[in-house]
Amino acid sequence: MTSLPPPAKKKLGLVIDLDICVGCHACAVACKEWNDGGAFGPLPDDDPYGAEPHGVWFNRVHSYEVTADRSSENVSAPVPQMVHFPRSCLHCETPDCVTVCPTGASYKRAEDGIVLVDEDKCIGCQLCAWACPYGAREIALPHPKMPTSDAGRKDSKRGTMQKCTLCVDRIYNETLDEHDRQPACVMACPTRARMFGDLGDPDSDVSKAVAEREGFALMPEFGYQPVNRYLPPRPRRDGSGAAAAASVSAEETLDTAQLPSLLRWLDKALSR
Amino acid sequence: MKPALSVIFFTVMSGAGYGLWCLLGLALAAGIYPLSGMGVLVPLGFGFVLVSAGLLASTMHLGRPGRAWRALSQWRSSWLSREGIASLVTYLPMLAMAWFAFIGHAGTGLRVAGALLALGALATILCTANIYRSLKTIAAWRTRQVLPLYFMFALLSGGLWLWTWLALTVGAATSLAFPLALLGLAIIAAVIKVDHWKCADALPVNTAGNATGLAMLGRVRAFEGPVTEESYLTREMAFVLARKHGARLRRIAVTLFGLAPALGIAVALAADAAWLAPIAALAALAGLFVERWLFFAEARHAVAAFFPQTQA
Repeated sequence: MTSLPPPAKKKLGLVIDLDICVGCHACAVACKEWNDGGAFGPLPDDDPYGAEPHGVWFNRVHSYEVTADRSSENVSAPVPQMVHFPRSCLHCETPDCVTVCPTGASYKRAEDGIVLVDEDKCIGCQLCAWACPYGAREIALPHPKMPTSDAGRKDSKRGTMQKCTLCVDRIYNETLDEHDRQPACVMACPTRARMFGDLGDPDSDVSKAVAEREGFALMPEFGYQPVNRYLPPRPRRDGSGAAAAASVSAEETLDTAQLPSLLRWLDKALSR
Repeated sequence: MKPALSVIFFTVMSGAGYGLWCLLGLALAAGIYPLSGMGVLVPLGFGFVLVSAGLLASTMHLGRPGRAWRALSQWRSSWLSREGIASLVTYLPMLAMAWFAFIGHAGTGLRVAGALLALGALATILCTANIYRSLKTIAAWRTRQVLPLYFMFALLSGGLWLWTWLALTVGAATSLAFPLALLGLAIIAAVIKVDHWKCADALPVNTAGNATGLAMLGRVRAFEGPVTEESYLTREMAFVLARKHGARLRRIAVTLFGLAPALGIAVALAADAAWLAPIAALAALAGLFVERWLFFAEARHAVAAFFPQTQA
């Protein structure tokens, strides 16, 4: 059923801290590993070792250069800041990727808000991927250059849309230790830039972090109401940054009378 | 957007087929169609070939074509599902009409079948247009011209084939109203299409700053994409090739679907040259292939803003 369920109280999702993400891609690799080998479904590659490797990832890490607009301040040139930006499904509350689906394969769970694709129903029309502005969905299609004899081509999961499952096969998995019942990307993050929890509960750790750090939703103008939130990079400790320090060093003066005699002699010798 | 041949072929060919069915159905319902028997069956059958070829081509776009029947279930929310149902239901009045024409019946039954065929054809065109129009991520497809253009292109290309049949059997200049209406439609469609391109060009392009929400910190430039190779997203949604030859292809499209048929009709009527009719119909079809290729290739998807490849 691709009509949306009534709004759920529980909204499971991720909070990603852009301030501490170092862009190591561990989340993306851990996601790939779990979903390649896990019980839920494969995350196929079309041509992983070929000249043009091509395959499906649920999680991709972009890097952006952000240059503050400080023309009003007396600083020669603002120093750009690098922001690493992991991008994955935001498990929106009212997403069109669910409603455009003609088969009912794309659905949002009423109980926890996770958006999933039913592999057995998907016809691979790709309309859901077209409807998503976040690039959360990638189809598993055979690579045109892949030899037909390759075993991968016979993979029953091919030809269907793939997307982040929020590791639904981990978070409720009672065969795992309780502290392991988290998405693989969250477990893998070495800087703990990723948090998993219930964003519908205002007392949860993730909701508190969002409230404290003014976490934001991506492209709210589409009206899809993403559940995942991003925490913005904190302002630099020194507002003027390294550029200010560089511009000051040229004009630095040294009062030699204050120096100990040995250093005063050195300064004199070196200034000659 | 990547211009998938299967989808271009589907929208152009099925569009022409439904336009042909719609006009044939309306003419029969109104009792103004000059022919009967084979005179009905031939254009009806030609429409069947156009519609069915298009629908079959559309399944080539699917990752799992064998499951296409599942697309009929979600008519409550999905325009693609509605289109699937409308396209199949429209075959019913087509079959009834074929039967009536075959047994030589020309009474109320044929008229009702004609009206239902026209209605089904229009409903299917509406659904096709709305599949694209409903995607919020592609601003160029949400403009006010998209829906009327889908109707006009279907009626124009299908109408030219119906006129071709009438011109070859009854004569090019025996009825003036129909070809003159097509001539007007060709010109109006061309004007609206040019207006659509103008509107689409003026639309704001999504930026990396807006997509990431980092614009609040300053100027945002994509420094590095997630992978060095292309991905499904960059191939499908960040297709940029078309804009290079856009202006020339637009001129070719308008010339073929607008000017050529208009000129063809005018000359055919003046010189009573029926042989110009199929040429006009073919030119329109070719022009619409170019138009539809551009419809996809020039459309910018919001997700492209994340990637360095499409950075302005």
